[in-house]
Amino acid sequence: MANITYIEASGQSTTVSLNDGWSLMQGATANGIDGILGECGGSCACATCHCYVDEARLGDLPAASEGELDMLENVAAERRPNSRLACQIKASAALEGLIIHLPATQE
Amino acid sequence: MSAAIVIIGAGQAGVQTAEALRTGGFAGSITLLGNEAYGPYHRPPLSKAWLAGEMDSAQLVMRAPEMLARKAIELRTNVTVSAIDRTAKLVTLSDGSSLPYTGLVLATGSTPRRLPLPGGDAQGVFALRSRDDASAIAERMAVCIEKQLPVIVIGGGFIGLEVAATARKKGLSTTVLEAAPRLLGRVLAPVLSDWYANLHRSHGAALVLDARIAAIETDAQNTVTGVRMADGQVYPAGLVVVGIGVAANDQLAQAAGLECDRGIVVDACGHTSDPAIVAAGDCTARRLPDGSLLRLESVQNATEQGKSAAAALLGLEKPFTATPWFWSDQYDKKLQMAGLSMGADQWAVRGDMAAGSFSVYHFKGERLLAVDSVNASKDHLLARKLLDAGVSPTVAQAGDLGVELAGLLVK
Repeated sequence: MANITYIEASGQSTTVSLNDGWSLMQGATANGIDGILGECGGSCACATCHCYVDEARLGDLPAASEGELDMLENVAAERRPNSRLACQIKASAALEGLIIHLPATQE
Repeated sequence: MSAAIVIIGAGQAGVQTAEALRTGGFAGSITLLGNEAYGPYHRPPLSKAWLAGEMDSAQLVMRAPEMLARKAIELRTNVTVSAIDRTAKLVTLSDGSSLPYTGLVLATGSTPRRLPLPGGDAQGVFALRSRDDASAIAERMAVCIEKQLPVIVIGGGFIGLEVAATARKKGLSTTVLEAAPRLLGRVLAPVLSDWYANLHRSHGAALVLDARIAAIETDAQNTVTGVRMADGQVYPAGLVVVGIGVAANDQLAQAAGLECDRGIVVDACGHTSDPAIVAAGDCTARRLPDGSLLRLESVQNATEQGKSAAAALLGLEKPFTATPWFWSDQYDKKLQMAGLSMGADQWAVRGDMAAGSFSVYHFKGERLLAVDSVNASKDHLLARKLLDAGVSPTVAQAGDLGVELAGLLVK
């Protein structure tokens, strides 16, 4: 279980409690958070769940796979050093309190 | 009446159209009609992670109800439309009530083709399209695990092969019966069909190509017991999954007198033959500039057509011309396909097929048509850019890792 805070480009902030194993993309779509589309359903195939992870917490996340890094090259909004795909980050106790910022556009 | 858009179908295309209408500034009412018990959900995981038991059902949610409500999109589930009255601009619902519209969106999807054979409707024989289908297959798989019954997949296309991979993941004895001489024959180059056949065999799935099926065998309770071939051989089965293609749901449109040809005929902007009606997704057949019709069944097609259809209702022209792309997950391999390979006469392989990370480039002459990438997302993304830009490497360049293909784009 982890409480994850999503901050949308509009400034709207929502904190959601996610069961272990849920991806941050699923947490957003299932909880009515705009700003994450997840068109492919979480298959790391569409790059519409781009997010910016709290820089101080980057080390708490498992490293991005080569496939994810490749998809990040195609995101619609600006790619930054803390860019990740929310579908590839699974909730666990290690992520408690994580804040992610959502870009203004995913497409 | 004030502007009211009715969207028939709450899948990928319907939801995309609804949201694109709001993004585009539409202020009237939007009603999204779904014929299932669920709000919008993701279909792609159904044959993959969801069927494998790696996701719970809540994780399939595509848009939470409050997300739709915030956008003033009224979702109605468990409702079917029985008729469209184009003159009165009314849709009649199955409960007899009717809804007026100023603009209508047909996003009715597709239906799996049934097995036209004796026993094709037996218990334990399923197609996979909806969440309910997937639930029924998962339940039957559990029975097969318990009773150690084998699984037969009829059809070596994407759905069939994804289900086969999932069944193998669960340790089930699995056989794929494919009528054609190779897997995914309509979409993949022969070299890739063979590679996928090896992938499945290496994971313990049996493949029968050129398969001639005579009938589904059943017990006295009409439950499947096996698949009988034309030569009399019987493959025992506790579950049969049929993946032999889909047909566009264009019956409503046909009945309303809209132009249909194995799908609701639309232009690149999503217009049907009625200016007040647009269509998007699996239910459509898109008229290409050369007059031919293109049917695509993919998430990307549904979302892009949805955006076009919304624009058309707003009086804008937003033709869908982007390079088509698709993906499929089988075992630990992600196939990503860009472009359409029909008509290819030359191929180049880039990367290491034995190591399982490579791309197959399809050419007609020296013109790049399509690229199929296996565990090579970077190739895939570059391929989309090349195809979008109409830039083609030569066959020799495509197969030469020493040539940086991205360099072709900046010229």
